[in-house]
Amino acid sequence: MRSLLSMLRRRLPVALLVTATLAVSAPSFAKEVTVTISNFAFSPQKTTIAKGDTVKFVNADDTVHSVVAKDGAFHSDGLDTDGSFSYTFSSAGTFDFYCGLHPFMTGEIVVN
Amino acid sequence: MDDDTAAGRKLNRRHALECMVWAGTGVIWTLSGGVPKALSLLDEAQAAEAANSSFTFLQISDSHVGFDKEAPVTAIDTLHEAVGRIKGLSVQPSFMLHTGDITHLSKPDQFDDADQIIGSTGITTHYVPGEHDMVDAGQGKAYMERYGKDSWGQGWYAFDQNGVHFIGLVNVVNLKAGGLGNLGAEQLAWLEKDLADRSAETPIVVFAHIPLWTIYPEWGWGTEDSAQALALLKRFGSVTVLNGHIHQIVQKVEGNMTFHTARSTAFPQPEPGKAKAPGPVIVPTEQLRGMLGLTSVTYTVGQKQLALTDTTLA
Repeated sequence: MRSLLSMLRRRLPVALLVTATLAVSAPSFAKEVTVTISNFAFSPQKTTIAKGDTVKFVNADDTVHSVVAKDGAFHSDGLDTDGSFSYTFSSAGTFDFYCGLHPFMTGEIVVN
Repeated sequence: MDDDTAAGRKLNRRHALECMVWAGTGVIWTLSGGVPKALSLLDEAQAAEAANSSFTFLQISDSHVGFDKEAPVTAIDTLHEAVGRIKGLSVQPSFMLHTGDITHLSKPDQFDDADQIIGSTGITTHYVPGEHDMVDAGQGKAYMERYGKDSWGQGWYAFDQNGVHFIGLVNVVNLKAGGLGNLGAEQLAWLEKDLADRSAETPIVVFAHIPLWTIYPEWGWGTEDSAQALALLKRFGSVTVLNGHIHQIVQKVEGNMTFHTARSTAFPQPEPGKAKAPGPVIVPTEQLRGMLGLTSVTYTVGQKQLALTDTTLA
């Protein structure tokens, strides 16, 4: 997480600022976790969070990606470079997701 | 009379589907004698008409309007250049096929720019969508409102030109996790019906965005259920499959089927497996047009091999 944050600081100062703003306005018990899209892969590929936490997907690639829940629960628009999409997971379970443009890119969110 | 017919048939078989000249960043295909193998079924007048009905069309692909990572050159710049090449052709194509990724992000202004630039050719253009044309909030609504009015399902359709049957397929909708391009049961059923009563002598041109043959599944360069579509096409004597998506020319000939992918007008992508990911290859500006180059292709019915000549825009 430390290296992820330092990468975000380098590459995405605006996104980080937005993150900070959101964190302030969100309830104190809810966290925001970032999944970075880089080199046509989600990183981390598997993320464990608590119920009520928000996952922010940030596209660090030179091309467009999207984030689609396998069960259809959410679907981002196309995310350009530095574009992001956030989703709050309100129930426990394992949620598979993938890129709607490059479906070989897959990931998993485990909500406890 | 019989000798003349036989001679005409032979000539037309040999010269049908001659694919001639690359222009700009597209492929020019010329089809001489629209129904090359059906001439024996036609009366003399029809045969004469068919023999005189040569036509040319152009494939343009992956214009990605909105892409700007090859700065200072944008996808709009290179699309303008490609269109300039098309306008400068000594023989204007009868129409164009755009094999998808018209835009980079499915935004209204990107569709507007593409329409304006491509429309400035004055040449009728038949579109199929790429996955980049389906990423608006409506997941394809913007594309369908603009280009899907005379199509079936999620944008597929067919039309005829001088005896050649053209089929535009859509394999970029509702892609499944871990999967490749996808046609889906509804489209396959439509295709079966569309082909059912057609003579096996009818030349077929199929065009779709993602390759309908597996080039590199690790990067999604193939279509999950394309084998079912190809099985329906197998009985036809001449099938040409034109795709985009991979921003480079790859082709193969298998029996009566010729598969060919076109270059992009916007940016190159790596050769299969030659990079970590299939993203844009960002190159020095002076190299870009060299990678968006031209290829002339000659396809002659009866000959299994396509003749290729690559040139560049540099």
